[in-house]
Amino acid sequence: MEGALSQQLADVWARLDLVMDPELDEPVTDMGFIEAVSVAGPTTGHNISTVEIVFRLPTYWCSPNFAFLMAEGIKREVEALPWVGRAIVNLQDHMAAEEMNAVINAGGAFSDVFADLMPGENLDALREKFDQKAFQRRQEVVIKALLWQGHTAQDIVKLTLADLSLIRFEDAEEERQRGRYAALLTSKKLARFALDLAFPTYQGQPIGDDFQAYMGLLRSVRINMEFSGSLCRGLKSSRYKEADLTGDVPILVDYTPPHTPSHACR
Amino acid sequence: MFTTPEGKEIFVVDGHAHFWDGSPENQKNIHGKQFIDCFYAYHSGLSPKEQLWEKSKFEKYTADDLYNDLFIEGPDDIAILNSTYLSEFYKTGFNNIERNMSVAKKFPNRFIVNGAFDPRDGNKALEYIHFMKETYNIKGVKMYTAEWNGASKGWRLNDPAAYKCFELCDKLGIKNIHVHKGPTIIPLNKDAFDVHDVDYAATDFQNLNWIIEHCGLPRLDDFCWIATQETNVFAGLAVALPFIHSRPRYFAEVIAELLFWIGPDKILFGSDYAIWTPKWLVEKLWAFQIPEDISAAIGGVQLTDEIKEKILGLNAARLYNIDIAARKAEFAKHPMQIAAE
Repeated sequence: MEGALSQQLADVWARLDLVMDPELDEPVTDMGFIEAVSVAGPTTGHNISTVEIVFRLPTYWCSPNFAFLMAEGIKREVEALPWVGRAIVNLQDHMAAEEMNAVINAGGAFSDVFADLMPGENLDALREKFDQKAFQRRQEVVIKALLWQGHTAQDIVKLTLADLSLIRFEDAEEERQRGRYAALLTSKKLARFALDLAFPTYQGQPIGDDFQAYMGLLRSVRINMEFSGSLCRGLKSSRYKEADLTGDVPILVDYTPPHTPSHACR
Repeated sequence: MFTTPEGKEIFVVDGHAHFWDGSPENQKNIHGKQFIDCFYAYHSGLSPKEQLWEKSKFEKYTADDLYNDLFIEGPDDIAILNSTYLSEFYKTGFNNIERNMSVAKKFPNRFIVNGAFDPRDGNKALEYIHFMKETYNIKGVKMYTAEWNGASKGWRLNDPAAYKCFELCDKLGIKNIHVHKGPTIIPLNKDAFDVHDVDYAATDFQNLNWIIEHCGLPRLDDFCWIATQETNVFAGLAVALPFIHSRPRYFAEVIAELLFWIGPDKILFGSDYAIWTPKWLVEKLWAFQIPEDISAAIGGVQLTDEIKEKILGLNAARLYNIDIAARKAEFAKHPMQIAAE
């Protein structure tokens, strides 16, 4: 039975890898937001187990709309597992945690959380904006890696989906972003057929002649996203620790599991 | 005064410093605790290790700590203290104007104290602006558009009630409007970092200077666009600058964008004390160069010594009519007070 349970936990973690922090376009798992996963119910069978996922964010003040998108994603991805009957999301230490958990776990919408403050609000426009930013950020990494490989700008703007499928990078981060870029390119239907352009704009147009200006746009998108990303990482690592003034001596919080589960310890 | 390795003296105006009381005794509720905790996380997340403070000192430090860190240990010549109330979180306010004035009185000629108001208070806000002008002769104010007030979780610079307040500021000669646009508390569903209201307010109030703290990050592109169009919009470097330590290439990209778009005359140094102390920030800024590849990608901009001098003091001195030569002479006559006295 131990083996079955650890397989279940591994399945859940694999699904959680698919949930992005929408503002940063990084998996909530890599950001260390997932605090604990537990499974209640039998280890075999269909649609019967309940999984609880505890997560917390870098600050008490993280945008509730962003938090809601993540909570929703967690619930959706975990409930996609065939053996899961119900996923319960438990956001902790957040200004709107209580209201948000109640609404999410009842299958409600964001507008139900803050019905009095912003009736009828829905998050579709926000989702679309984040998709665009994620696309642009991934695209910049891939284009820069191609330039580094010696491709020219004139060459890159003409590459097709078929060309892209043959490209590989040595650098692990570039290779990771290549895969993620290709996935988003096709899922957003910005390139569908082998001869479609591999590097269109998010509006589905060719980049055109002013390559430098376009790269400037991608750079500004990244600068904004990295600001949030760096702050979040910094804040997350410090939030539950007092400043370590003593050097390398571990403090109490270092012994309180589980804080930032690494890939290795899952 | 900051002295460069070559022996040149650089006049430093710290455009953004605080004398707050975030201690548990002053916290009204959980939000007050979470607010100072978040500041502390900024402090410990982005400071060099040897600059870290104990939590209790960070929550409430003394006037002498402030004076020492800015002027004796630190290179500041003048510091601008911004008042921030957060009255829904703190019993006597986070750093109210009286607290700021007390330290300004204790150490004369070193501080410029800015006020604050909340346009949602209506006529009371207008009365309070009169009061601050008459009592403290303020030259500027700090606006915190994400502040809570009853059921409201924020406001915008182009709200009609805000315009009434800015009209009065204009009339009374309160010229410098510092606006917190950056990482913030409660955005709810709104895009909390949105800077577009600055565009309206700056266009409609040409006599006022709009200093956008944290240069609108993480909406730097929107901010640059607005600040390029509007001659009266300035960038405060607080929060962007500490990245110079943890992620220098990232800081290089931010400063390069700012220099390319808005130019060297509209960028202001600020430590955001006590989140960070000015000594290491100024030293690192002076030693900093934009890496060649980043400069090449952003129009070849350079961060020269001349530009650094503007950022560190000349730009703010212009906004606050600080006579640098006179101040230098005066400081030379009255050597530094010993903070412990």
